[in-house]
Formats: sequence, C-alpha cells, structure tokens
Amino acid sequence: MDRALTLHLAIIAALALAFFILPAYHAGNLARIMVLAIYAMGYNLAFGYTGLLSLGHALFFGAGMYGLSLSMQHLGTPTLPALAIALACAAVVAGVVGALALRTKGVAFMIVTLMFAQAGYLVALYFSEWTRGEEGFVLPQTMRQIAGIDLTTAMGRYFAALVLFAITLLIIGHIVRAPFGRTLIAIRENEARATMLGYDVQRLKWIALVISGTISGLAGATYALLFGYAGASFAAVPYSILPLLYVLLGGAGTTLGPLIGAAFMIYLFDLSADITDAYMLIAGVVLVLLTMFLPQGILGTLRARRFKWLP
Amino acid sequence: MDFGPHLMLAMLEGAVTAAILALTAMGLSVVFGVMRVVNVAHGEFYMLGAVIAWFVATTLGTHPAVGFVAALVIAPLVVGALAAAADKLILQHIDYDPERTIVATIGLLYIIQQGTLMTFGPDASPVEPPFNHRIALPWFEWGEDGFAFYYPWGLSITSYKLFVIVAAALILVALYLFMTRTKAGLIMRATQQDSQMAQAFGIPVSKVYALVFGLGAALAAIGAVLVVPIQQAHYLMGHDPLLLSFIVVIIGGLGSLPGTVIAALLIGMSDGVISVFFSPTLAKIMATLAVAMVLVFRPQGLLGKKAH
Repeated sequence: MDRALTLHLAIIAALALAFFILPAYHAGNLARIMVLAIYAMGYNLAFGYTGLLSLGHALFFGAGMYGLSLSMQHLGTPTLPALAIALACAAVVAGVVGALALRTKGVAFMIVTLMFAQAGYLVALYFSEWTRGEEGFVLPQTMRQIAGIDLTTAMGRYFAALVLFAITLLIIGHIVRAPFGRTLIAIRENEARATMLGYDVQRLKWIALVISGTISGLAGATYALLFGYAGASFAAVPYSILPLLYVLLGGAGTTLGPLIGAAFMIYLFDLSADITDAYMLIAGVVLVLLTMFLPQGILGTLRARRFKWLP
Repeated sequence: MDFGPHLMLAMLEGAVTAAILALTAMGLSVVFGVMRVVNVAHGEFYMLGAVIAWFVATTLGTHPAVGFVAALVIAPLVVGALAAAADKLILQHIDYDPERTIVATIGLLYIIQQGTLMTFGPDASPVEPPFNHRIALPWFEWGEDGFAFYYPWGLSITSYKLFVIVAAALILVALYLFMTRTKAGLIMRATQQDSQMAQAFGIPVSKVYALVFGLGAALAAIGAVLVVPIQQAHYLMGHDPLLLSFIVVIIGGLGSLPGTVIAALLIGMSDGVISVFFSPTLAKIMATLAVAMVLVFRPQGLLGKKAH
C-alpha cells in the first residue's frame, strides 16, 4: 500500500473515531463539513485537476438536491432510488451543460457556466409550486432512512455522511493517479501539448465535467437527505462560489484540500456568526487574500515546500 | 388600456431601463476593453453609488434637487476612487491574470455587498427625485368617427424619467468625445491596443489601469444615482445590473463601445416589453439562456468582429 492511499484511509478512520471523541455540537458540524467536502471534491476534479474554472456548480448541486427531494416529496420514492434519480439528474445536466460550455474557454467558460446556473436557479423559482422557491420545503422525517437506518439521528447522519465522503475520496484518489487523471492534469498544464500528443482533449474534459457534476449532485442530494431541507438558495450564485472558496483555500488539485478548506471555512463562518449576520463578508475577504497571497492554498503550498508525495 | 397604448408604455419604461443599462454596461465594457479583465464586482459599485446617493441626500436634508446634484458629483467620485484603490491594492498585485481577477473581484463583490449590509442595513431606502411631474401622453386611433385623439388612462411618464433618458444619452456622448477627442482618451486607446508598446512609449500603464477601473465603476455609480429616485437603494440591488451588463457586453461584443450601446437599447427595451407581457422570471430565464448560447456559438458577440 502506498503513502497516498494510507493517508486517505487514516483520514477516514480518524473521522470515524472523531464522532465518539468530539462533543455533539462539533460532530454535527463535521457531518455538514463532510457533505460540503464531497461537493468541493467534485468541484476540485473540474477546477483543480482539469483547470476548468466553473462558476456554475450550484446547478449540479441543485440538480442533485431537487432530483432527490422532489421525487421523495411528490412521488414518494424511497431513499435509494431517489438517490439514483438525483445522480442521474446531475449527470444529465452536467452532460448537456458540458457539451455546450466546453466549446468556450477561460473567461467565457466562467461566464457561460454562471449563466447556466443562473438560469437553473430561476427555473427553480419559476416552478415554485413544486419547489416552494427560496422558502424551500422540509423532507418528511419518516422518509429519511436507508434500509431501516434512521438518518435523522446524529449518529445515522454522521456515518451516512462519512460513508459517502469515504467513497468519494477513494474514487477521486484513484482517478487522479490513474492514467485518466494524469491526462487531465496534462490538459490543465498545457492543453495544446496534450492535443498534440493525440489525446481527445474535448472528450476528456467533458468526462471530467460530468464526473465532477455528478459528485456535486451527490453532495446536493446528501445535503437534502441528511439535513431534511431543499431550497432554491442552494442553487443560487453563492453556492457556486463556495466550493471554489473551499478548494482554493485547501489547495486546488490536492485530494484532501477540499476537506481542509471546507472545515476551515465552516468554522470561520461559525465563529463570525457571533459577530455578524453578514457571513459572506468573511468569504469575500478570504477569497481576495487567497488570490493575492496564497494562490496554491494550504495543502498546495505544503506540497510545493515540503511534502512532494501529497496526492 | 388597449394593446397599443400598453405597448407604448412598456417601451417608454424599457427606454428608461435601457438608458441606465447603457451607462452601467459601458463601465464594464470600458474596463474589459482597456484592461482585458472582467470585473464581477461591477454591480456592487452600482449599488454603492445608489447607497451613497441616499446618504448624501439624507445628510444634506435640503431640497431634493440640491441633494441629487450633490450625489451626482460625490457618488461617482467616491466609488471611482474606491475602485481605483482596489485596482492598486488587489488587481495590480495579481498582475491582472484574467481568471484570478475574476476570483478576486468575486471576493470584492461580497466584501462590498456584506459591508453595506452591516452599515446601511437590510432595508430599502428611497431617494426623492429632484422634480417629478406626471406627463399624460396622447394616443391616436382610427375610430368609428374617423381619427380620434385622446389621453388613455394610465399612459403617462414622469418628467424625471424623461430626464434620465436625456442625461444618460448626454453622458454617453461626453464619454465618446472623451475617448476620441482628448489626450487622456488617446492614452487609454493606446493602452487598449498594445499595453507593452504603450509602456515603451512612456505611458504609465499601471496608472491608466487604475483610472480606467475607477472610470468604469464611476459610470456604474452615475447610472445608480440616476435610478435611485425610481428604484430604492438596497444592498442587493447590484445583482441584476451585473447580469444584465454581462449580457449587454457579451451581445454587443466584448470591448466594443458602439456595440454596447446598441445591445443596451435592445436588451433594455425587450426587458421592458417582455416583463410587461410575460412573467419576469420566464423572461430572465430566456434572456440568460440566449446569452449563454451567444457566448457558446458566437463568442465574439453579435456585433463584434471575429478575433484573428
């Protein structure tokens, strides 16, 4: 077993232990952090590894969230099939958006993804008869369970989040070190050269975006399932910016950066809540400082300076 | 009201929207044209202009006209200075890298927006217009007894709204003359064409950039001062102008100034007309998707030239 895989397994084991050691409040926080870290890991595959700076991932997060919650709420679908519907929704949306948006590059790609996400958010508002718009709706407590495991208890919620987090981390950890992931990094570093070497760059970027969107959708569905609420604000612009923030802070193109970034920011938001309601102010300040002084993020900087083997 | 007068009313309202939009989008376009960066915080400079106009008007507390004129001078200056400072502090530091600039200006967006929320508060505040007369508009019709001429109920516009249209047009003409007839404008255009060559000829490019960034923000602030007697000042009011300005600048061709004005007229008018006859949310969805498609299939914009 190599160092990277050992590290990932150790982190998962530590997170499992943390539930029994940490006070209930922090365990609750950590469950939320793991779900948002799934989202950030999905984002990281597009942004950190493939170099696709999307400003519209809230669309995929929202597709997953509504795919699960609408089918549970209005069709009475049980949890596991609803989760499958959510993943399918996110994958289809990502596939269509990717096929269109990937015709553009750089700044145009950022604006196109932003526009698509904005359109998606407006669609959620437009169909407020079902989605209940900004106000959102609460998922019935009795439905939130998998195979008899109650996901509304602190323990059920924590370990459901951990299992999904662990699966995503291991998949991502595998992808980025497999030839496919290596090629994505090559595209990020020098797209012209990757094309010249004979890689079908357009297709690979599309696949990366679809995987990234599907993982983001998984995070959205998990969020709705574990915290029992779905609302249009989760599909709005700030929810596209937050994974960018988590990934930039933790370190773009590192497997554990999203977890560290999400944990750091959520505790920062939590602490700032005592002082002000304007929590996005903190996000703004951190974004500006990061672009100015720490463009590689925490783990990226550590990897550049000291631990070259970090995945 | 019949369809005809209704349509005319919608077009008049659309013209007001278009006038404000032309100013705001022009600010974004100038910045993109000269500096080749997208300023995501542009809508917040607009919002800041409106909030400062409210602050100036309430602090002075005299006749609304005095407050309005004072705001029209003070708000663009303050916002412009703030933007120039942000350029010096942040954008220069990251060397105007296009993608990092977007991330940094997203940060700036939240700093300005949430900073305003903390100081100005979450409520919308009105500013009194300097003058406001209702002008009823006539409508002509072929009726049973030949040509009829009457004033339909509800078909009217205020003198202030007409003033907004005229003022925006004047400012745009002034901007055009400034860019084409003055030395400062020449320097800006030289920097736009080739910043390295301009630098080699002794043009202080970094100063030009700071000024252009300030100018772009000031244009948004002027638009906001004009709009705030019609629409109230609110800390989230920058969101829609930002998206609409994006749409205008993209449709008009990134960095093309005449294209920006034409696109602003097109978008402003159709926004006015569509939102009278259809659900505004549906209109926004269609507009947003249409623009995304323009960017995907015709990235140089509808009026822009193809890049070589």
